Amino acid sequence: MNDQGAYKPFTYYQLMETSLRELLVEKGILSDEQVNAEVAAMRARQPERGARVVARAWTEAAYKKRLLANATAACEELGLEIPGLHLVAVENTPQVHNAIVCTLCSCYPRVLLGIPPDWYKSRNYRSRMVREPRAVLAEFGLRIPDGTQIRVHDSTADMRYLVLPMRPKGTEDWDEARLAGIVTRDAMIGVAVPTVTGG
Amino acid sequence: MIERGHHDMGGQPAGKVERTEHDYPEWERRVDAMVQLLRTRRKITVDELRKNIEALPPEAYDRLSYYEKWISSLTQTLIQRGVITSDELGRKMEQVEQRAKAG
Repeated sequence: MNDQGAYKPFTYYQLMETSLRELLVEKGILSDEQVNAEVAAMRARQPERGARVVARAWTEAAYKKRLLANATAACEELGLEIPGLHLVAVENTPQVHNAIVCTLCSCYPRVLLGIPPDWYKSRNYRSRMVREPRAVLAEFGLRIPDGTQIRVHDSTADMRYLVLPMRPKGTEDWDEARLAGIVTRDAMIGVAVPTVTGG
Repeated sequence: MIERGHHDMGGQPAGKVERTEHDYPEWERRVDAMVQLLRTRRKITVDELRKNIEALPPEAYDRLSYYEKWISSLTQTLIQRGVITSDELGRKMEQVEQRAKAG
């Protein structure tokens, strides 16, 4: 990745980033190595992490119970660090479909899903998801039956949500790894549901 | 009556959700990395960052990209904390820009 030192024309904010970073390095507050290591760690945080949690909950009833009771602890059981925040898993059932949003900014279960997609941070999603979720989900191609209640969870800096989707029919004999393969990021945000084809 | 903040948009009318995604360029990832590192070192809190993002004028809030808001807010927070001064930053930005021009 290393494009440090190659000073091509900058935008104002890129210039600010480079300048701030150099000042912090000069002051001994950060080092370039630490910044690079953090960027690498960030790349490693992908939705596959959340998918592991979901697949475990689908295959082990006791784990699912622990996940719903205390998602932070249940993730840590799988070796996933959840630094300093309260994580809540919300379970989809035939009666209730859950979805997450952060109306004020962009809070998101980053440790499990990585950096949020652009649309999650967009004005249109943030504004409308809490007012007309059924219409917004339809725009994602997800039609929730009229008889199913939709519950939208507004995240905060200290409390993040993860949607535990329903295990699709036809996966009864699948093992955990194969199940994890169909759990998409969007399914864990609640704007999609897992399908046997993984689509 | 308390006026609603510009960032406080939950429930407001808005358009269709465009399902946009982009691959984050390195400088944006480094902004994110600096924020995480400074948080764990307790040099900043997430609440300060959020406060400084929310303090952006509505015009800037809408115009700036996500990580442009973050770097503006992070810089502002570190100036408020006295970790850096705006003079230092100004000099450094000039220096980096000169270096960029010199290629």
